[in-house]
Amino acid sequence: MLLQLEGLTKRFPGGVTALDGVSVDLVAGEHLGLVGESGCGKTTLARIVMGLVIPDQGRVLFEGRELVSAKERRGLFCRKARMVFQDPFSSLDPRFTVRAILREALALEPRMRLGEELGRMREVLGLVRLPPDILARYPHEFSGGERQRIAIARALMSQPSLLVLDEVLSSLDVLVQQDILTVLEEIPRRTGVTYLFIAHNLRTVRRLSRRVAVMRRGVIVEYGGCEDLFSSAVHPYTQALFKAAINYEVSA
Amino acid sequence: MPMETPRGETGLAWQRFMKDRAAVVALWILGIFYAVAILADVAAPYTLKDESREHPYCPPTAVHFFAPDGRFAGAHVRGVQMTYDHFRRRIYNETADIYPLRFFGRGETYRFLGAFPADRHIITVDAPGRIYLLGADSRGRDVFSRIIHGARVSLTIGLFGVLISFSIGLLVGGIAGYFGGRTDHVLMRLCEMVMMVPGFYLLLALRAAVPDSLDSLQVYAAIIIILSFIGWAGLARVIRGMCLSLKERDYVLAARTMGLSDLQIIVRHILPHTLSYSLAAVTLAVPGYILGESALSLIGLGIQDPYASWGNMLAEAMSIVRIQFAPWILWPAFFIGITVLCFNAAGDALRDAWDPLLKGRGEGA
Repeated sequence: MLLQLEGLTKRFPGGVTALDGVSVDLVAGEHLGLVGESGCGKTTLARIVMGLVIPDQGRVLFEGRELVSAKERRGLFCRKARMVFQDPFSSLDPRFTVRAILREALALEPRMRLGEELGRMREVLGLVRLPPDILARYPHEFSGGERQRIAIARALMSQPSLLVLDEVLSSLDVLVQQDILTVLEEIPRRTGVTYLFIAHNLRTVRRLSRRVAVMRRGVIVEYGGCEDLFSSAVHPYTQALFKAAINYEVSA
Repeated sequence: MPMETPRGETGLAWQRFMKDRAAVVALWILGIFYAVAILADVAAPYTLKDESREHPYCPPTAVHFFAPDGRFAGAHVRGVQMTYDHFRRRIYNETADIYPLRFFGRGETYRFLGAFPADRHIITVDAPGRIYLLGADSRGRDVFSRIIHGARVSLTIGLFGVLISFSIGLLVGGIAGYFGGRTDHVLMRLCEMVMMVPGFYLLLALRAAVPDSLDSLQVYAAIIIILSFIGWAGLARVIRGMCLSLKERDYVLAARTMGLSDLQIIVRHILPHTLSYSLAAVTLAVPGYILGESALSLIGLGIQDPYASWGNMLAEAMSIVRIQFAPWILWPAFFIGITVLCFNAAGDALRDAWDPLLKGRGEGA
């Protein structure tokens, strides 16, 4: 079991309940899609997994071990689990070159020789289909799609086993989304990484995930294999989501 | 000016800065001042220790080209003879003695940059002639030379002071803003305590806490430390405010998930983004330190005679009678004024050069 979330609950000051007892398991190789409308707690879940938000209750277990302190996280988790953020314009520090951005992802790795480090950089840039000669350039020289690829490349630098993708497509236009989707489909085959793929678009989830969890108002209302769920959704909210997706396909 | 394509935002900001005429002029003036300060021993006709008791308050020496008999004699100064009028006031009359100006001629010996013995000065005249380009003070010391030597103290105190206090301010503000909560609370109340006391009185109180029996180098260091103790609080508060918003940026969150330490994140991802503000603030703060040193030295608590600073040279100008009969002892004030103006012009231009960039690139989003 790669990742186990047990009874995660988070209330924000002001009385908003972002998560209410969420439990999900993630098996290595079985990419999990997490869908739901905006504000349903998906991003909070991702941030709790990454240790950016402390849950009020519940546990996060990575490879069977509970992560409590920041020190424990730094030991293994920070190297083996990485996150890609929604907005590629704010997730790359504008003062860093691509090379510095990628190198920073190795902060916890044992020190590498220069050639080894460059080799790793070329490798991850190849995975996201970017040319290796962009290392000296700055983020502002790239388009949104290219930046998102750089962000994905950064997340792959430490050769993680878990990749949390938080709405990585939603701020990109449709054609660019297709490119990134293709890249994302290829990466697990070549690296063995497992996705926790968060989205509100069911079609993209279907392409990338084996299992799907549907969230609504901080609760998981439906959970199952991807194809089962698409053929026989039980919960009315899931059905409504599918309906919306079909309408979207017809109109598009 | 080479107009190459700029890579980072620093290049863009620099281009905009160079378009500001006043700022470029200010930068040149400051550059010349600092160069002269570094090469003070060569640039000044006389050393710090030099004095001539026969020439108290000697007015500025005129440079002549023709001898009294009308023949061309090159650039030279004349000898001066001091007498008293019936009010016992000093009168200086030029004599017929001619002392040609020597460029890079031999004068008093000094150690060049503190290392090599040397005796060349850019302008000098042979003894017993004296050259007082900006007049002399009460002990017949050359005001021009002392301004040059004093520049070393007055110009560097600002830089070192700013360097120390802004390092403190950046770090304290960064830590307070990044960690928030109790840390923030404690640090900000501390800032307010420092800011609460009016600057000049705090300056005097801190100076009083430092023993009097220090040599000049120790006094110099003490003044820098005292001045920087006052300056950091204001910056810390602004930086803290900026950090509150900067720490929510995705690249900061990304750095946290990648296991960077808090200090690494503050130094690498947060403080550099306050640079545009703090760089302008640093430049605009330097005059405060120069004036602070001048104020301390003026009332006799700063750099002590025989060492020169622009402030302690002005101490002589505290009497209206002396200003009336020897107005040239006010020259250091002119240089303080120019320096302060230049720093302000450069600081303003720096701020303007960075600002449109920050707005244009939507960093605030």
